Amino acid sequence: MQFASRHYGNVIVAVPSGRIDHAAAAPFELALAPLLGNSDASGLVLDFGSVDYISSVGLRVLMIAAKQLRARKARIAVTTLQPVVAEIFKISRFDAVVEVFPSLRGALGALSPEARDAYDAG
Amino acid sequence: MRRIRFWGTRGSLPVALTARDVRRKIAAALRDAAGRSFVTDGEIDEYIDGLAFDVAGTYGGHTSCVELETGDAEYVVCDLGSGLRPFGQAAIARHGPAAPQTYHLFVSHLHWDHIMGLPFFTPAYIPGNRVIFYGGHAELEHALRRQMEPPSFPVPFSTFNAAIEFVHLEPGRVHDVAGMRVTLKRQHHTGDSYGYRFEKNGHTVVYTTDSEHKLADPEESAGFAEFFREADVVIFDAMYSLAEATSVKADWGHSSNIVGVELCQLARARQFCMFHHEPALDDTAISKVLAETRRFEEITRTGAALQVTTAYDGMEIRL
Ligand SMILES: [Zn+2]
Ligand SMILES: [Zn+2]
Repeated sequence: MQFASRHYGNVIVAVPSGRIDHAAAAPFELALAPLLGNSDASGLVLDFGSVDYISSVGLRVLMIAAKQLRARKARIAVTTLQPVVAEIFKISRFDAVVEVFPSLRGALGALSPEARDAYDAG
Repeated sequence: MRRIRFWGTRGSLPVALTARDVRRKIAAALRDAAGRSFVTDGEIDEYIDGLAFDVAGTYGGHTSCVELETGDAEYVVCDLGSGLRPFGQAAIARHGPAAPQTYHLFVSHLHWDHIMGLPFFTPAYIPGNRVIFYGGHAELEHALRRQMEPPSFPVPFSTFNAAIEFVHLEPGRVHDVAGMRVTLKRQHHTGDSYGYRFEKNGHTVVYTTDSEHKLADPEESAGFAEFFREADVVIFDAMYSLAEATSVKADWGHSSNIVGVELCQLARARQFCMFHHEPALDDTAISKVLAETRRFEEITRTGAALQVTTAYDGMEIRL
């Protein structure tokens, strides 16, 4: 698994890639941790466009992130799920835990118009 | 080991079909028939066999009770849920009340839904029968006696006329019961529960219910995969979705279809059988979960296919 992140306005966009399987879950959790503590951010969007697979342990990390963000009234969303990952979200009912958007721009717009403007400005 | 027979598959509380449920099934079957007419019973049976299970059948409502047909004359049963009553009646109908039988009853844990059938287990009242309870809990006998004390029940445990025995089983040790090699494993559940691995004549059945998998500790998952190793069938507590099991229902002591498939794949088990159905789910909802779980197995498959089934009262699995 690879991991990158950047800001658009007050929203953090995290971009993991590869397989978030049992071996990758711990590095994924470690990579996310500093982003969850950022109290200036109003939300976190996970761009899953390059994620091929996520296992139960990876989804558990997402649940921990969702709980932590919600505790400080921040939002969490995922975008651009590959078809197989979208199915895993549906079957595990994680599509009811985190908001799922077809595009990164759409997710940013839903979380914060300011973030979408920053995205549009490049 | 020849066959598994399910007498109770529901979690937590027995449920019953209502008149409204039956009406909905009849309406769906008539709609599906679309004006077809049937002359013989054979034609009717053929038509019913072609209907979806949630229309023509029901997953059923008895709580946990699973019979293992070992090929031996003695009976082996996992858990004493409300399904134990029809199991006992069937055994009596088969042999008549006068022919003494031996019943080996394995108890996963002492929650009510897993012991509530015992007061209605007729063979225990018949002299000459032998009833042996097995479990990992020190309070097993106390719990079984207590539920038959006033003011909860009018007939005390001491009324049982069969020869009653209690056998305490230690996890990690190999026990020889009714010609089977039996091992047990302690599981995450309030008050602890035990999963059982039964082996005989090259066949293995794992009964693992009321077991929460925390997912935080890879060694723990590896331990369960080892316990399920190459089993023919893993009867698994898939009560909740993964999202529920890791959020609102975390620490409620149950697991999900997703974790079950992953553990069985890791263990290279042959069949994953979902069990301990959530009482709030109707037949259509359980059928939907079955279809989704089969799809999940397909998209996550790495080696040989894992057969995915979901238990219903009356279901049999031939080994
Ligand atoms: Zn239970
Ligand atoms: Zn329980």
